[in-house]
Amino acid sequence: MIVVASISPDERLAIEDLYAEYAAVLDDQRFEEWPDLFTDDCTYKIVPRENYDRGLPLATLAFESKGMLRDRVYGVTQTLFHEPYYQRHLVSGFLMRRLTGDAYAVRANYLVVRTKAGALSELYSAGRYADVVVRDAGRLLFKEKLCIFDSELIPNSMIYPL
Amino acid sequence: MIAPERRAGLAWTSDACSRVPYRLYTDPEIYRDELERLFYRDHWGYVGLAAEIPNPGDFKRTAIGERSVVMVRDRRGGINVVENHCAHRGVQFCQREFGNGKTFVCPYHQWSYDLAGNLIGLPFRNGVKLDGRVNGGMPPGFDLREHGLTKLKVEEWNGVVFASFDQDVAPLREFVGPEVGRYFERIFDGRTLTVLGYSRQRIPGNWKLMMENIKDPYHPGLLHTWFVTFGLWRADQRSQMILDARGRHAAMVSRKNDGGKSEVTAGVTSFRENMTLHDDRVLDVVVEPWWNGPTVTMLTLFPSLIVQQQINSLSTRHIVPRGPETFDFVWTHFGFAGDDDEMTRRRLRQANLFGPAGYVSADDGEVIELSQRGFAQHPEHRTVCELDGTGTGGADHNVTETLIRSMYAYYREVMEL
Repeated sequence: MIVVASISPDERLAIEDLYAEYAAVLDDQRFEEWPDLFTDDCTYKIVPRENYDRGLPLATLAFESKGMLRDRVYGVTQTLFHEPYYQRHLVSGFLMRRLTGDAYAVRANYLVVRTKAGALSELYSAGRYADVVVRDAGRLLFKEKLCIFDSELIPNSMIYPL
Repeated sequence: MIAPERRAGLAWTSDACSRVPYRLYTDPEIYRDELERLFYRDHWGYVGLAAEIPNPGDFKRTAIGERSVVMVRDRRGGINVVENHCAHRGVQFCQREFGNGKTFVCPYHQWSYDLAGNLIGLPFRNGVKLDGRVNGGMPPGFDLREHGLTKLKVEEWNGVVFASFDQDVAPLREFVGPEVGRYFERIFDGRTLTVLGYSRQRIPGNWKLMMENIKDPYHPGLLHTWFVTFGLWRADQRSQMILDARGRHAAMVSRKNDGGKSEVTAGVTSFRENMTLHDDRVLDVVVEPWWNGPTVTMLTLFPSLIVQQQINSLSTRHIVPRGPETFDFVWTHFGFAGDDDEMTRRRLRQANLFGPAGYVSADDGEVIELSQRGFAQHPEHRTVCELDGTGTGGADHNVTETLIRSMYAYYREVMEL
């Protein structure tokens, strides 16, 4: 069980700020800045809850380094044909636990609303993050980011990071 | 039966299949007729891998056409497929994707079925005694044997399970035929499979568009930057387009090259000459002995299954139609029991290319959606499908749309359209 323990209000606010910045980077489509929120040796995965709960290893996307994140950014901005859309992240329900001095396990719920040009906004993905946040050269970064989505039927495709 | 006047309303320009009327992708009546003729009669539908239900009592909920069915392993180890539809009041009794049980019990009135779908009991069958009288109960002639679940015909082929509502359907191997069957058995040669996981997407397009997508070797080297740039699929590769005798199933077989600039990249806007990966472990390809040459085989087993081998990534992709303008697309990634950890990791890394977010398949769903929207604009219009002529049959290159035309030749015959 994850419990809130021995994390100061300042630390807590700083972690929440990281999530706010993360959401702003994606929602503003500043994709080039997205990998900068991760450590060099990060992992990033998007996993259907079905696979996660059953212990099946397949991820919708699975990246094992900041380099792979940069390759995804190139894919999103240069190679993957898609109908453009906006994302709007709503992140809430933080549960934080200190792992070591400068590392935290963070769980939070997210909703992503998708809006395409000329179309109504729609609930695109609902799920949770199960992350490890670390302090690296004074700055909080994601060392692990795991997005577990409940909405198992993806509405067609998934192009941008969650 | 579709009336001749309806057929006359379709924008076929000849007996050829090189121009496909848009209405085949939008018309609800044609769609309902497709379910009957192509999904429920004369055809085998993919239901899953035997490895998904390894133990007695294991079940998986899946679908053939729009009908929910359950694939279950019985106590003797055999695989049964029954319709998820209680004989009493039609309830879809099974509400979980996977599970294990000894019987199926409908939640509404607790009718119970064994794992073969036989009705084994129902509450108050012989009535309820009250004040020396028996109230209710089923009529004297009520026979449990007449009220089982719908039992489908089932065949397992080297670990892959197919089922049919049609008890008179041709044997599975005969249905697939030796030409495409050979490539099926290249992947499924009897080795034990391991399930790596699932991806599910709902694509707002007609189900046939996905069959066409995997019978279309024209688009991969154009739509998909990764294919043309890294040489995984492009027009200058040695390829075989293989069909069964009736033109409905196909195998696209090819061998990767080194990619890079050439005649086939000139003017191709998706080609990126200087593209390099920051982390190329995603393309850490290791040749496996069983390949015997091809690096890619894409199989379409009409109407509902695609089998993918692209380098070290393997999946089945199941088409579940949801009305004329939508289908669900379920990916099951797998490996082999003999894979070491490194090979499993490789298959999982390469899975970044495939599925709803994949570098070479997320955009297939996107273009299918846009095709479907275009069809709605002009109900009387038709597609043009004439790369490499207007005829049907196999080919020894990939600059062709012959597999799509061949599928429609079969389709017109069966649909009488």
